[in-house]
Amino acid sequence: MDTALSVSGLSVNYGAIEAVQNIDLQVPTGGITALLGANGAGKTTTCMAVIGVLRPATGTVSIFNTDMTGAAPDRIIRAGVAISPEGRRIFASLTVEENLILAGSAAGSKDTATERRLTLMNRFPILSERRSQLAGLLSGGEQQMLAVARALMSEPRLLVLDEPSLGLAPQMVDQIFMIIEELRHEGISILLVEQNATLALEVADHAVVLANGRVAAAGSPDELAGNAALQSAYLAA
Amino acid sequence: MDLFLQQLVNALSLGGVYAMLALGLAIVFSIVRLINFAHGEIMTFGGYGVFFAMFMGYPPVAALLIGIGASVVIAVAMERTAFRAMRGADVVSLLITSFAVSEILKVLFQNGISPRPVPISFPASWTGTYQVADLTIGVAPTVSTIVAFTALGLLTFVLRRTSTGMAMRAAAEDFEMLRMLGVKANRVVAVSFALSGLLAGAAAVIWTAQRGSVDPMMGFFPVLKAFIASVLGGLGSLSGAVLGGFVIGAIEVLAQAFLPERFAPYREAIVLSAVIAVLLVRPDGLLPARSGRRS
Repeated sequence: MDTALSVSGLSVNYGAIEAVQNIDLQVPTGGITALLGANGAGKTTTCMAVIGVLRPATGTVSIFNTDMTGAAPDRIIRAGVAISPEGRRIFASLTVEENLILAGSAAGSKDTATERRLTLMNRFPILSERRSQLAGLLSGGEQQMLAVARALMSEPRLLVLDEPSLGLAPQMVDQIFMIIEELRHEGISILLVEQNATLALEVADHAVVLANGRVAAAGSPDELAGNAALQSAYLAA
Repeated sequence: MDLFLQQLVNALSLGGVYAMLALGLAIVFSIVRLINFAHGEIMTFGGYGVFFAMFMGYPPVAALLIGIGASVVIAVAMERTAFRAMRGADVVSLLITSFAVSEILKVLFQNGISPRPVPISFPASWTGTYQVADLTIGVAPTVSTIVAFTALGLLTFVLRRTSTGMAMRAAAEDFEMLRMLGVKANRVVAVSFALSGLLAGAAAVIWTAQRGSVDPMMGFFPVLKAFIASVLGGLGSLSGAVLGGFVIGAIEVLAQAFLPERFAPYREAIVLSAVIAVLLVRPDGLLPARSGRRS
């Protein structure tokens, strides 16, 4: 299969604690895979291993069919991956525009980065309006927009979205999911981590449910809709 | 009033040295979580750089520039050889590593050069005074103040206006996130050490020019003050470090100038009590660091 991301047998440890064990996960090129599970199930740990911030103890991570196990984040980003991390992690003391410039500085030439920034500001008008404000002063929803826009600055082919709807007002959540649909239409492959399983299953082609650091269930949204493992993975929290 | 104005120049001069050292500590700490106890030796190395350059017959101003360069080189070399291998280790391990680096360098200075101060003879005009209206002001403190403000101004410009500076500010807030944008960690860390070396070097040349000698312990005491300054300002806060440096410098100079003679032995105690008093009211320091992610 032609995959944007293929994780197999992945385990990641924090000291003596095994945060995730033996995880298999694929994002088909151009598809959306949802990664579901309760808090502490290992979703973010998996993302951090994919982006290269955490080193896998065992298993492999390949990106667009190239083995990237243990590669440093800069190499993984250059391979076409970007992340909008859990908690957004925008640079609060930098302006909105500086956040975007910084994200563009690591990838590609200066001219294309400027062009890219202007395109993104058209796409997210609120960011254009607030371009010279400190990012820390944005609302939660605006910060999420910035986190997504920042990730898009490197023109990724695979986007990792870790909890993009967490803590947002319903209207904002709808907007985020609309953007996710749009990105898919542009051909960007997406790994979508969500606590809101219902919403995630609406957009995803495929889903993986984690519980206590292991894969509890995997399949298409239809297969998982009434799945007992999915229910219990959340109820166990 | 005249005495006050003269002391003001002294306070700015001493505060400037502390501010540069504290800012250097803060830049490194905010990015790699390293409290660099070997920062004093970076300064001392710069002092020896000046000494050897003068010894080789370079003119004084060139010697000072060589001294600054020596500090930059040792700071970057320190990161490459000692701290890079410890990247991501906990704060205590990093601290102990920096103690080791500090001790090794001190022993090298003592055994390789001399345990005693080596003299540097600068032109006599450097230690003179000049008159402004009725005021007699020292040349050295004035030049020091100018050098310190130039260095701090330059650093502020780099941090605020250049893309490298933008990356440094972002790294101070959330280094891991910066790496997730594809920015190479090694480059940012190397630049942070180079900048901290540059500031320590500027502090070193001011210190040597004023004292006319270098010894293995030269950097130790001012850096100790700079640590206190950076805690006072808010550990990891760049603007806090600068403010803390000037506050400590001012208190010290004022205590020296205006305290009655019999209180002189308690001068340090008074400075430190003032710091404790501030920290009781503001435990995170005067200008606390933004609470980014702490790993």
